Amino acid sequence: MSLFYRQPRKILPSRVFRNPRPSFGGLHLFSTDSMRDRMKGLQAILPSAVEFSQNQYELERHGRGESFHPTKKPDAVVCPTCAEDIVSIVKYCSEHGIPIVPFGVGTSVEGHVCCLKGGVSLDMKNFQGIEIPDMESDGLPDPIATVGAGVTRSTLNGALRHTGLQFVVDPGADATIGGMVATGASGTTAVRYGTMRENILALECVLADGTIVNTGTKALKNSAGYDLVGLLCGSEGTLGVITKVTVKLHAVPENLMAAVCVFETVEDAAKAVATLKLCEIPLLRCELLDEASVVAFNAYKKEGPNREEKPTLFFEFQAPSPDSLEEQVKMTQSICDDYGGAGFVYCSDEEERKALWLARHSLYYASINLRPGATGAILTDACVPLSKFAEVIRDTTNEIKEQGIVAPCFGHAGDGNFHCILPTAEGDSAEYTSKLHEVSENIVERTLRAGGTCTGEHGIGYGKTKYLEQQYGPGAVHMMKMLKQSIDPNNVMNPGKVIPIQDGII
Amino acid sequence: MKVLVGVKRVVDYAVKVRVQNKSVDLKNVKMSLNPFCEIAVEEAVRLKESKKAEEVVAVSIGPKQCTETLRTALAMGCDRAVHVSTDLRTDYMELQPYAISKIFEKIIEKEGSDLVLLGKQGIDSDCGQTGPMLAGFLGWPQVTFAANLEATDAGIQVERETDAGTETINIPSLPAVVTCDLRLNEPRYATLPNIMKAKKKKVDTIAADSLGVDLDAHNEVLEVFEPPPRKEGIMVQDVDELLDKLKNEAGVLG
Repeated sequence: MSLFYRQPRKILPSRVFRNPRPSFGGLHLFSTDSMRDRMKGLQAILPSAVEFSQNQYELERHGRGESFHPTKKPDAVVCPTCAEDIVSIVKYCSEHGIPIVPFGVGTSVEGHVCCLKGGVSLDMKNFQGIEIPDMESDGLPDPIATVGAGVTRSTLNGALRHTGLQFVVDPGADATIGGMVATGASGTTAVRYGTMRENILALECVLADGTIVNTGTKALKNSAGYDLVGLLCGSEGTLGVITKVTVKLHAVPENLMAAVCVFETVEDAAKAVATLKLCEIPLLRCELLDEASVVAFNAYKKEGPNREEKPTLFFEFQAPSPDSLEEQVKMTQSICDDYGGAGFVYCSDEEERKALWLARHSLYYASINLRPGATGAILTDACVPLSKFAEVIRDTTNEIKEQGIVAPCFGHAGDGNFHCILPTAEGDSAEYTSKLHEVSENIVERTLRAGGTCTGEHGIGYGKTKYLEQQYGPGAVHMMKMLKQSIDPNNVMNPGKVIPIQDGII
Repeated sequence: MKVLVGVKRVVDYAVKVRVQNKSVDLKNVKMSLNPFCEIAVEEAVRLKESKKAEEVVAVSIGPKQCTETLRTALAMGCDRAVHVSTDLRTDYMELQPYAISKIFEKIIEKEGSDLVLLGKQGIDSDCGQTGPMLAGFLGWPQVTFAANLEATDAGIQVERETDAGTETINIPSLPAVVTCDLRLNEPRYATLPNIMKAKKKKVDTIAADSLGVDLDAHNEVLEVFEPPPRKEGIMVQDVDELLDKLKNEAGVLG
């Protein structure tokens, strides 16, 4: 307060002042201390068990995910050991205007963990608690597990390996459960089991003001109060730090069958999928590879016959009995037939299933292999109603051909969600790079025109904040801003992500 | 053939082990089926599925929680289980391979087994002794570190993996003892219906001290300690300093 009165009118835009009252007309005033001093102050109040690192390599690692966004380092990496540690940390940071970016394992693909304004990368690696169902007890346990936010999905499934249950959400990366909630992640099993959103029951998080929030229920339905679990899912660290999550589990399938079917056009494949879904044939997985993807695979594989270079659907089925499994597959085959599907092959043996799905599993590396020298790729993410799926993919692949860039497309066909893999190499010309970005932006425009969403599973990060108003209109964005400003008035929780806040500055 | 599989309850492989009171701290620590025993169970179940074995019996020695470990083996496909109960620690601190082999010998005499499959070692004690000792007491042929197993007319042919390479050993007729190594197979995940079914399979409990076996430890463990923590790396100014440190501090250059 005294600082404010001592310096009346001269408020220079590059300096910020401390204001103990939050939300002063949208302008947030903080201490004139440099970030270095504020970090020293933070380090001083940390409990002894909490690691604090300013090692350059650690800072770099915590400043990037797996996207094309440039590395933006934090000023320090802090590793809390419990929710109470986080309470002290967020309270201090909120008061001193230090941004906080929660960090799982850094596999996000939209720049989620980039510390746009420096600050603290809050590494959740110590949150490793796992509670799984006790299968030995006489009663039948609920198929749920409660895990610390830092537990990766493969660690959880490893702990579950003797229970007959599994955690089914399977995005490409071995992400942490906390991160998967924060980004609303999803995988190839979404067509049957839904995304992360449909697989969480409860969670614990810490808000910017230090409040510990426990919300949700282990019961399967809930009508009590606002859906805070839903609010936090996909909030990308902008509302609170998720510390613990209760997830749903599903039975490890006893009977599995994989199938593949080739189509003349993407439209035919998409119509087949739309019909399968309308008829509610249960699909465990339903993935589409476009022609370019199959070409990539044929070039990349080391052995085995070439696949026909046409749009291909990859299916997986599961059922309680071999007979019901056979039935599902036969019905699927007949529907694929109706749309000119050919070469329908299916098998149940594990080795054969793996071989059948090889083109889909090795897609990322096969795509990168298409461009010698490529080390990474831009991954686009668009999701449209199924009725528009074929048209959007077709228009996209046409543009890719016109632009002459390398970009195989594949999709979670059952969800109307598709991705293009745009391999990037260090030596790429500015022209080529700008083409990649142009195609990527056009995909979003096309998707929004088709009534879809600019991101089906990867999240907004900071590259897609500009699309929110276009997608939802001003009302929804206004409501999101209201929520953000009331929950995090000092805008320290992963600033710059999700919500395009114009006035909040640090 | 009748197959008997040893199934050991050990600290879960993912647990970070701590030393407390001069021994590994087992309080509230997650325990699981020893990974090498899991491979042995998988091999036994495969023999049954290919009709080479008519029955698979799982055996575990330890406290009452061993029934959980045996339940996993049953869910993977074993027909029934024998629990030899004892509260002695089985991680070499109290019950040691000599006594464990003697216990197995008694059980095998009762069961009349033709083929005994064990994991090559327990990941707690890392001894790798039970298999060979048991074969010695029984007077049976043995193959350790099996990476491949095939049933022949009256016996088995086993590929044995060593650091120097693989050797193929033919045992013309059973009975025999085989210890299983990593590359033998990839164990299945038990499915829920099988776990439910396993709850109904038979588990017989026998007290370890009722077998007339000397359970005493004959080797004394002098000390148990954690490896020293890894020291932080240091930055060096230039190549000369690096060479100096490698030569004079680390002693890795002549």
